[in-house]
Amino acid sequence: MAVERKVPSIIDNPMNFCPGCGHGIIIRLICECLEELGQDQNVIFAIGVGCSSNLGGGLVTDRLHCAHGRAGAVATGMKRVNPDNMVITYQGDGDAYSIGIAESFNAAYRNENITVITVNNTNFGMTGGQMSWTTMEGQKTTTSPHGRDCAVTGYPIRFPELVANEFRVAYAARGSVSSPARINALKGYIKNALEAQINKEGYSIVEVLSPCAVNWGMTPEEAMTHIEEDLTQYFPIGVFQDRRNQE
Amino acid sequence: MKVNVNESRCKECGLCIAHCPKEAIYLRSEVNSKGYRTVVVREDKCIGCGMCYLTCPDGVYQILA
Repeated sequence: MAVERKVPSIIDNPMNFCPGCGHGIIIRLICECLEELGQDQNVIFAIGVGCSSNLGGGLVTDRLHCAHGRAGAVATGMKRVNPDNMVITYQGDGDAYSIGIAESFNAAYRNENITVITVNNTNFGMTGGQMSWTTMEGQKTTTSPHGRDCAVTGYPIRFPELVANEFRVAYAARGSVSSPARINALKGYIKNALEAQINKEGYSIVEVLSPCAVNWGMTPEEAMTHIEEDLTQYFPIGVFQDRRNQE
Repeated sequence: MKVNVNESRCKECGLCIAHCPKEAIYLRSEVNSKGYRTVVVREDKCIGCGMCYLTCPDGVYQILA
């Protein structure tokens, strides 16, 4: 017996992501969770700059396109002024880490009651695939044409682990969209992160490993396999800080 | 009918085809308005499991109860 499943109305629009991009899956999962929690008409998105900016055209909710990397700071203001609204930042790894690490860290440090979704595709996708802080060692990008040399540029950052270890955040996890099982698990992480915000537990972050088939020079299927076989070795999937007051 | 297919959204990424447990999805030869070859679901093979809905990044599928 089939179970009825329909894309939530707030995201049921055509969007301009490349074929096989993970963004479409991730934003659908967020909107499904919001719908299930009865918050889909009570949400404000703080959208980062990059491929995540494409949400501006497809998402039918209150949303603000923040300055590059500053979604953590903008969301702080939104939540403090409208404490009853759900506030979600939606950023890429280049936006949240390379450009806006100060704002991302400070929001986590203050344990702001916001939910941060970071889409990690190991490069700056929209501008043509430049190296970011999460680019893997040896990965070729337009600004590391011979492969990333970590001896010179540092090693890829693992942000959820960092904030889970250093700060008292409410929830930190990393998921992936590389298979149906991973997608189902990711939905659980996102739901926990949103529930943490509803219960005013504090800062919740979910990083998502997402394919960038075009800039990786792979087919969408190969990109999913690359996540599963290579990226998860360095970026482990799982919960790094579980909710403390779970009933 | 177990699945509604919104062909105008399809971008030919093939993720649904790769994850369909019954191999019920294939690409047709005609293209949609964006220029992509779009997916077709074989009604006789489809079991309405929702894997295509789960893996589709572009909201092509709607699973009917």
